[in-house]
Amino acid sequence: MNNTTDKLILLSMRLITYAIVLVIGYILFDIIRNGASALNWQFVSAFPRRSGASGGIFPAIVGTLYLVVGTIAVSLPLGIGGAIYLSEYADQGRFNTMIRLAIITLAGVPSIVFGLFGLGLFVLFCGFGSSILAGSLTLACMVLPTIIVASEESLRAVPKGFRDASLALGATKWEMIRTNILPYSMSGMITGAILGIGRAAGETAPILLTVAAFYLPRLPKSVFDQVMALPYHLYILATQHPEAERIRHMQYGTALILLLLVLGLSLGAILIRTHFRKKFRW
Amino acid sequence: MSRSRKLFITDKLMRLLLMGAASTSVLVVCLIFLFLFKEAGPFVLNPGIGKLLDSQWIPVSFQEEHFGLGPLLSGSALVTALAMLVTVPISVLVAIYIAEIARPDEREFLKPFIEILASIPSVVLGFFGLLVVAPLIKTAFGLSTGLTALTGALLLSLMAIPTIISLSEDALVSVPYSLKNASLALGASHLQTIFLVTLPAALPGIVAAVMLGIGRVIGETMAVLMVTGNSAILTFSPLASVRTMTATIAAEMGEVPFGSVHYQALFWIGLILLVITFALNIVAQRVLKKYGMMK
Repeated sequence: MNNTTDKLILLSMRLITYAIVLVIGYILFDIIRNGASALNWQFVSAFPRRSGASGGIFPAIVGTLYLVVGTIAVSLPLGIGGAIYLSEYADQGRFNTMIRLAIITLAGVPSIVFGLFGLGLFVLFCGFGSSILAGSLTLACMVLPTIIVASEESLRAVPKGFRDASLALGATKWEMIRTNILPYSMSGMITGAILGIGRAAGETAPILLTVAAFYLPRLPKSVFDQVMALPYHLYILATQHPEAERIRHMQYGTALILLLLVLGLSLGAILIRTHFRKKFRW
Repeated sequence: MSRSRKLFITDKLMRLLLMGAASTSVLVVCLIFLFLFKEAGPFVLNPGIGKLLDSQWIPVSFQEEHFGLGPLLSGSALVTALAMLVTVPISVLVAIYIAEIARPDEREFLKPFIEILASIPSVVLGFFGLLVVAPLIKTAFGLSTGLTALTGALLLSLMAIPTIISLSEDALVSVPYSLKNASLALGASHLQTIFLVTLPAALPGIVAAVMLGIGRVIGETMAVLMVTGNSAILTFSPLASVRTMTATIAAEMGEVPFGSVHYQALFWIGLILLVITFALNIVAQRVLKKYGMMK
């Protein structure tokens, strides 16, 4: 290998890397440019008309928010609780190995399989029907590993001395966790929760089978109602709508709102993490 | 009750509560397997498991329904193989660039920027594919439609790229400095060290990354549903329209009567997907563990 070939190889690797960056940039640019022209106050605040060909997407936004709130209400306590157990209580026993295996498995289950599972268990077996409740529970199962992994990481980042000091003063284990661990790992847990929300908000396949209604120009009254949701709305408008070719602006608008929601959440998570990293330094 | 007694009881109670929370994951995994089996099960007795080996997938018909999984398996395999063909070389090269060559400030920009790709919802990528990538493929190859296996593969590769880059980079960074330094000290160039020492040493981690990437690609639903054209035919041409296992479930589940044979067949597809991704996951973890690359 001589110097010129070395330089050529380096150059081509740099080119490939920046080609990927360009592709990502172009995707964002395309959605933002075309979506921005569709955005106005009416679009986000009005009910859809003519099966979504005109009007707004207000019920889909509300539906997605309901689903996200439901998902977090279920998965956050379970996820954080599980993470605390794994990081503070569990030893290297068989139970621990089993839980870790389960988390890895859950993280790899395809989203459509979560949809089938939710359909079989929550919609049919539990009798919730196609509803916010069934959809939220399904999404909660799906984001559980994300939340556990992020929370456990932030718990482990708290120095061991904090634990020892508290226990040496006679605190019980739970007192130690409550006063000396949780306050310092909160930021990491919030980050995990937000990442989970982002994933739940953008998923289509699980809600397709458990909650989503395409055209429901009214707001849900209870957790047993169906809702519209942004990702499903986009899917239907783009592929199933009889006027799909003529309502590209409605599709781009919906895509942009969904993208802003999900990327906004990721950005928020990153900001919170850097803020707290600066605040707690040991 | 004394204060210390109260504290003692709270402590024990919290321990149990947290243990319960941790067990949910195990419970959910068991329930997933259980309910997929439960819904798919009756198919084995009637019409019999042999029906899944049929060569055609025609679940709704006036004459005879066919529930052969072959065309769907081949659809998934074709799209996944094409996607990996594109993804693996690109991802590994980019991972090497980020881990070994990029300046620190460049790295600080590249890593989060590529992560953005992972957080774009798959339905949005599918939409982009439908409106931008499919027309490109159509004109480039002079086809009557741009909805092909190749279109799906390109989009899937966009989804797998961030996963594989990030995991491969972890593997590259975890190679001990002593190895790299020894190679440099023997007079090898920077690139020789990367390709002859660092890359081989990180190979198990990269293999595991690729396996996890395959798992993600094979289970991806919305993007392939939107851009592969969805005709259930047995083909190995990248420019043909195909239908994957995931897309079949998503497209047909809305219209089947619950409990029907068709419904059970769709659960069979789900079960097969679950087993494939489960196996890929377990093997990848084994590889990581064996070579001490577990985080």
